[in-house]
Amino acid sequence: MSDIPDRVRKIVVEHLGVEEDKVTESASFIDDLGADSLDTVELVMAFEEEFGIEIPDDAAETIQTFGDAVKFIKEAS
Amino acid sequence: MFDLTGKCALITGASGGIGGAIAKALHGAGATVALSGTREAPLQELAAELGERAFVLPCNLSDPEAVAALPKQAADAMGAVDILVNNAGITRDNLFMRMSDDEWQSVIDVNLTANFKLCKGVLRGMMKARWGRIVNVSSIVGATGNPGQGNYAAAKAGLVGMTKSLAYEVASRGITANAVAPGFIETAMTDKLNDEQKSGIMGQIPAGRMGTADEIAAAVLYLSSQEAAYVTGATLHVNGGMAML
Repeated sequence: MSDIPDRVRKIVVEHLGVEEDKVTESASFIDDLGADSLDTVELVMAFEEEFGIEIPDDAAETIQTFGDAVKFIKEAS
Repeated sequence: MFDLTGKCALITGASGGIGGAIAKALHGAGATVALSGTREAPLQELAAELGERAFVLPCNLSDPEAVAALPKQAADAMGAVDILVNNAGITRDNLFMRMSDDEWQSVIDVNLTANFKLCKGVLRGMMKARWGRIVNVSSIVGATGNPGQGNYAAAKAGLVGMTKSLAYEVASRGITANAVAPGFIETAMTDKLNDEQKSGIMGQIPAGRMGTADEIAAAVLYLSSQEAAYVTGATLHVNGGMAML
């Protein structure tokens, strides 16, 4: 449970090719980390697999930042 | 020249003339194939003829639940879906003024909506693999229109627009989406035409003959190949010059 932020950060770093220290709580995938809309779809796919959860489309749309992702995954897993 | 060894292809409408030829062509190039269609007997016959690397997945594309399940069934059977050929189609011809809502809707459901759902269903695996080929079988009438086929022409034209939009979205992931638009092809469907109808059609085809299912399959094989990696969002017209688009 406590390692969720680190696991999420690792996925984001790997997928978007950004520096780890850029992935802050409020960092927006699209505005701050250079993701395009398809990248965000792929991130959600990667989160689903890493944590063995289902993220429905309407929930996926609310995951805009690193913090959003961590919060959602903590609640879902 | 095209080698699909190690690739897995799902082909809908494989019980028909064109679909069967497509399955044979992809299989002949080394692909593993999942044969889908409504009639199981011809699928089993084709699978038996192909031998290894062939799976039978009966599916009625007018049943939304069956459509939703098909991509996963294909991935489970073959291990992946690298190539999707949306070939299945139905006709419910009628003059515009006589066409019922049901005739309209059933053709849109099978020829357009089911294809959308199957594309969506295979994309996740293709995105992860950073490789994928989607070939949607449209029709010459999607570009030219045809009396009595308002529903069919709308669905087939819709496929082209859908294919282009999808091609935009996934091009950066190594996935291509293209359409093949057959003209008049020798199949069980065109066999039913009488001689007068046939000669009327021949007069409109510069090549002076109907096309063969193998000639459509060859176009699908090309678009499924590694060599066609830079071709996406295209519609390949295979019609003997009947419409030069």
